Amino acid sequence: MRTHSIAVLATVLITGGLARSASIVGAAPPRPPGAAGTISGKVTYTGTPPKMKPIDMAKEPNCVTQHAGAPVLTENVVTGPGNTLRWVLVYISAGDQGSAPATETVRLDQKGCQYIPHVLVLQPNQPLDIYNDDPHSHNIHPLAKLNPEWNRSQPAGAPPIHTKWEQPEFIPVKCNVHPWMHGWHLVVTTSHYALTGEDGAFTLSGLPPGKYTVTAWQEQFGAQSQDVTISGSETKPVNFVFKATPY
Amino acid sequence: MGKLFAVVLTIITVVATAIFVMRVWWLPADISVHGPWIDHQLMETMLSSGILFVVSQLALALFVWKSGDRREGRKIKIFPGGAVPMVVLATVLVGAEILALTFVGSKVWASIYQTPPDPNSLAIDVQAEQFAFYFRYPGADGKFGGIHPELMNEASQNFFGLDPAHDTAARDDIVVPTLAIPVNRPVLLTLRAKDVNHAFYVPELRIQQDFVPGLVIPLHFTATQPGKYEIVCTQLCGLGHYNMRAYVEVMPQEQFDQWLKQQAAQQ
Repeated sequence: MRTHSIAVLATVLITGGLARSASIVGAAPPRPPGAAGTISGKVTYTGTPPKMKPIDMAKEPNCVTQHAGAPVLTENVVTGPGNTLRWVLVYISAGDQGSAPATETVRLDQKGCQYIPHVLVLQPNQPLDIYNDDPHSHNIHPLAKLNPEWNRSQPAGAPPIHTKWEQPEFIPVKCNVHPWMHGWHLVVTTSHYALTGEDGAFTLSGLPPGKYTVTAWQEQFGAQSQDVTISGSETKPVNFVFKATPY
Repeated sequence: MGKLFAVVLTIITVVATAIFVMRVWWLPADISVHGPWIDHQLMETMLSSGILFVVSQLALALFVWKSGDRREGRKIKIFPGGAVPMVVLATVLVGAEILALTFVGSKVWASIYQTPPDPNSLAIDVQAEQFAFYFRYPGADGKFGGIHPELMNEASQNFFGLDPAHDTAARDDIVVPTLAIPVNRPVLLTLRAKDVNHAFYVPELRIQQDFVPGLVIPLHFTATQPGKYEIVCTQLCGLGHYNMRAYVEVMPQEQFDQWLKQQAAQQ
């Protein structure tokens, strides 16, 4: 009886201790109210970027019809007015003080023989639904290296593919049926990220005081990083300039 | 039962022959200079094998009609010497027919595939990959840029692996997914495969040629009729094989020049 009581007491003490240390490790540090900073800026280029070429989808007449009058252009380098760059991921690559796991489902569409969006950003284990909105088959093939690589055929009218990525990785995605279809799944651990639009602008908000490394990644031009210190509720301007070459 | 089988055999023979004689499912009209030789050879093959087919099927029907029903006490007749000489005779007869057709047919095939192309041919590069064809024209300088497989990149439409940054000949190369050719002008295609075996088949051009990875295969022909024709892959090359196709557009020379200019502007 006495031995039993000691065992129970020991279990309670050990479990309690573990729970306490887990709470110390896992919990985000208390954020002083109103002390969240912001990093914002623009991504631009110098030099001559490659031409955005019209994609001829002649072998898939339905997709030609869907884009009649305005052919889809290549998306590996998409520029905007004022030398801005689109589809650039800007994210906190170091110094993030802990991000809650993302639970909302991200959606990828295959429509008009194009991946929409071209670049998809998500966090590890975030649910991803892949839809085929075209009246013909697609075969989605993410060329993952750290995560398991797979390719799945998705005929017209097939239900969405429910999947997720477990490891952070930048994964090129192609369609095995339509060689011109190309996209990216960017899996990042931080919740502080932004994808630039045509104006090249980005904003990373809600950053507690601290030292951060901000990285901008573009699929053809690679990555650039800058160190930024946030000391209070301030907005730090950070701009990225990529050197573009036509080929 | 034997007589019923004989009747069914006869019906099958008559219907099958009628389908060919009435040309129910026939080849599309030929649009190439060499096409008549192929069609002539095809007709000879069909005629000789067709006659053999009809004679053998009707003979079978006749024997089944006469001897199909077993009657008590009647001795079963066998081929003189038994089954072995019968099989040997059949093999020799069929083999002789196939050899004769191959011998005659290979002359026609060689006269198309083994002859040198016209020196004034329009040179076009063809790249087959899962599951599309791409065509390359040399551009204003008349020279093709070098091919670097490690530079192949679908995202930037660099299907041939060109290196325009270092190779000036590659800068004006025109890469398109549709094959446009001028009518009545000899064309020399150079076939390359990026991944697995594919085939270039245009029934109207009476041309069918495999792509083999690692081999550079020349193919030449002259189209005689303007129009738009389908190019299909006839080697099972993977999941999307059913969808691997492109089009060949045969057009007058002036229209072709205009088309090429338009494509060059979009590169």
